[in-house]
Amino acid sequence: MKKLLLVLTIAFSASVMYAGGYRVGVQGHKQLAMGHTGVAVVTSAESAFFNPAGLVYLDGELNVSLGAAAVLSNTSYQNREFGYSAEADNPVGTPFYAYGAYKINDWLSVGLAVYTPYGSRVEWPTDWEGSHLVNNIELSAIFVQPTVAIKLSDKLSVGGGPIYVTGAVNFNRNLSRSLTDEGGNRSNVTIDASGINAWGYSIGAMFRPTEDINLGFNYRSKIDMNVERGEGTADFENLPGALAADFADGDFTASLPLPAELTFGASFKPAEKWLIAFDYTRTFWDAYKSLDVQFFNAAGLSRNPRNYKNSSIYKIGAQYDATQKVTVRAGFYYDESPIRDGFFAPETPRPDSVNFTGGFSYNLNSRWTIDASVLYVHSNEVQNSYGSFVEAGQRVSFGGEYKSNALVAGIGVSYKL
Amino acid sequence: MKNNIKYLAVLALGLFACEPEFDNPIDESGAYSSGSADLTTYVAVGNSLTAGFMDGTMFRSGQQNSFPNIMAEKFAFAGGGTFTQPSFDDDVNDSGGFLLAGNPLPGFETRLVIDASQGGPENLNVVPTAEVSSLQATAYNNMGVPGAKSFHLGAPGYGNIANLSTGAANPYYIRHATEPNATVIGDAVSLNPTFFSLWIGNNDILSFATSGGAGEDQTGNPNVLSYGFNDITDPGVFAFTYQGLIDALTANGAKGVVATLPDVTSIPYFTTVPYNPIPMDAQTAAFANNAYTTYNGGLQFALANGFITAAEAAQRTISFSAGQNAVVIVDEDLTNLTGSGIPNLRMTTADDLMVLPSSGFIGTLADPSNPASVNGVGVPLADNWVLTATEIQLVRNARTAYNNSIVAIAAANDLAVADMAVKLEELVSGLRTADGQIYTNNYFDGSSDAISTAVFSLDGVHPNSRGYAIVADEFIRVINEKYGANIPRVTAGYYPGVTVVPTN
Repeated sequence: MKKLLLVLTIAFSASVMYAGGYRVGVQGHKQLAMGHTGVAVVTSAESAFFNPAGLVYLDGELNVSLGAAAVLSNTSYQNREFGYSAEADNPVGTPFYAYGAYKINDWLSVGLAVYTPYGSRVEWPTDWEGSHLVNNIELSAIFVQPTVAIKLSDKLSVGGGPIYVTGAVNFNRNLSRSLTDEGGNRSNVTIDASGINAWGYSIGAMFRPTEDINLGFNYRSKIDMNVERGEGTADFENLPGALAADFADGDFTASLPLPAELTFGASFKPAEKWLIAFDYTRTFWDAYKSLDVQFFNAAGLSRNPRNYKNSSIYKIGAQYDATQKVTVRAGFYYDESPIRDGFFAPETPRPDSVNFTGGFSYNLNSRWTIDASVLYVHSNEVQNSYGSFVEAGQRVSFGGEYKSNALVAGIGVSYKL
Repeated sequence: MKNNIKYLAVLALGLFACEPEFDNPIDESGAYSSGSADLTTYVAVGNSLTAGFMDGTMFRSGQQNSFPNIMAEKFAFAGGGTFTQPSFDDDVNDSGGFLLAGNPLPGFETRLVIDASQGGPENLNVVPTAEVSSLQATAYNNMGVPGAKSFHLGAPGYGNIANLSTGAANPYYIRHATEPNATVIGDAVSLNPTFFSLWIGNNDILSFATSGGAGEDQTGNPNVLSYGFNDITDPGVFAFTYQGLIDALTANGAKGVVATLPDVTSIPYFTTVPYNPIPMDAQTAAFANNAYTTYNGGLQFALANGFITAAEAAQRTISFSAGQNAVVIVDEDLTNLTGSGIPNLRMTTADDLMVLPSSGFIGTLADPSNPASVNGVGVPLADNWVLTATEIQLVRNARTAYNNSIVAIAAANDLAVADMAVKLEELVSGLRTADGQIYTNNYFDGSSDAISTAVFSLDGVHPNSRGYAIVADEFIRVINEKYGANIPRVTAGYYPGVTVVPTN
């Protein structure tokens, strides 16, 4: 028992997860604990997300995994030249997942995956120096993915399914750097929309050349979340009396891409009880050109160039069956920021990050397992700015030093029949 | 259980790590420094510009953005102490303006706002509540007194309410003079400043300029008691006075910053109304010219008799044509031909500056029943509507002399100099701040862009809050440079500009 505790402690101090932009990589505690690898791992129903093709290789007729996590993220900002400092006090994010896979016969499995791969909660102090860019934002998206997996041979399988997304956004920022009402309260706008729907798909393939080696591939399509007229509200507050009529509350249209993701990877068993996995993920963030919000009053079209670039995540993870009851996992990944210099907007303050993960599973019995994982996201201090805010026809820059990190901890259960 | 505690401790460590700390946090002591200056007690001495005067008055919220108050907020990062300003708590409507014994004090109206229903600047339509006779008798860190000329700062009785009716006292200073015969500089020095700013001299030329040169140039006359309100102060008096102020402020070894005086062409009061503001078609021009046939003929008579040169005859000839036209003015600097029945008239040229209030006067009818009595066309404009090229030169001569004294005295006392003359000159072509925004000295033109970028208040002379932020930033820049200090700079873009009300 003493030995076990030591292993656990190490696993925890090397914890993982999170990803660039508004991606939230918490799609299964077993895999998250292994550095969020999984495209070439067959362990549980989590494969419905990581690689649907893997479902056909699962043991048991029915596999279910459920879990949730708390995301505690923090970002600090300071600008030495002007003496500005602010700390984003972000509300706790709660990504969750629910996966089920049922083996219809030896070559066909079906499944259902519900997960939350995108989201963001950033809350800066109201009216802080960057408030003309963002005061607070909350993005969420729930993916529902019916899945089919087909075993072509003992060595090769394919899988995939359509994705139905329902999302919501709530975003508040001040209208300009200086506009206030007569009482000195900053003029601001909140856009709010929920129940935004869109469709996409996920496909995967798995190749098992030997007993001990797995290769996997997964592609999840880009999904554009479009807010159409009448679906959301734009609430303008604290306008001076002379402008209030021009900035009447109303609706808005906007579009936010949830970028495509391509992952391939390998796993192998170097020894009895050990599994090591590598994943490489390419996220096609270049779809995120600009966050354009069209209002239907004097505010007009708000163009907010983003010009994200495609980025990569390099992941490694390991698991070790410590005892019959306990499996421990640890991992690491390096997550490139998709943000170019000069486009660092404080609503998604994500620089490059190094990520440490850890976790364990505890088998209660042959059917039920408890899964837990933690992730620590560390970013180096960055000096960057956002230079595309337009004021009176001039591009006005807002920048400084940012430092952010995050801790994610979660727990779930797996069931196998 | 013991194991659980160990487990929790590790988890807690992880949570703790979640507070991102910068390698060099700016809220750490030592992040900023005042260099060889000591900012513990900062006292600002000057006139309306130091007081935070804007939109034609002092009002409560505007005063918060006086340049010394903005600077003091930044000084706080580098050892700066509390900074107090004269109380305007009795300005309950945030309107500015003064009452005297309960009645509105003429000449001290409420602040100017844009009335959206009318489209132009108006005095905020409320009754002032700040009372001149409620005396605070307190020396404040901000010793800027609106309207003060250089020699007022050392004048006993400038804060004595008994002198108000004779014009020898200033209602702003009356409200906080420590005693009736106190002086502004005496009250300032009583705070034992460790650091000071001095920006004075603007009114020594500005009242002459804003009056359209209605006063006298007193250069060579050291007797200030003989000066009229709109006169130009003798540069000798200015230099002597300035030296005295610096001596008083540096007596205990305080360091400080002084500022030069900007040119009149830097401020919208003189640059907004063009010299040729009157559009005419050919028919109207012919009609207008007809009224000056006799005058133009008289000029030719004077020329033929050698009373004036050909150049002056040409300069004085009145001629309107289709398009934009200059206005007719009375210019007392022309050769006096009134003995021959020929008035001192000419048309304005690009070298003349029309004062801001002329925009509401030119084109109106002097006699509502006579369509030929258009002010500036049929009826010549009086001296007070225009600062002529000759008058501009008088202002420039004095200003150059003052600035030479300021720079020389500052150098002799090893003080920092903020060259506000140069800084405000940048506004003419466009002043670019660190964030990329470009500011100009344009008067508020009603556009939404101007709401974000106007830096002059509606009185056309004083900066608004945003403009004072530019001023504060420049002061800090030169303080950092001179004293090896590292005081945070100021972003003008965060400060408010014009106030627009739906109706007034």
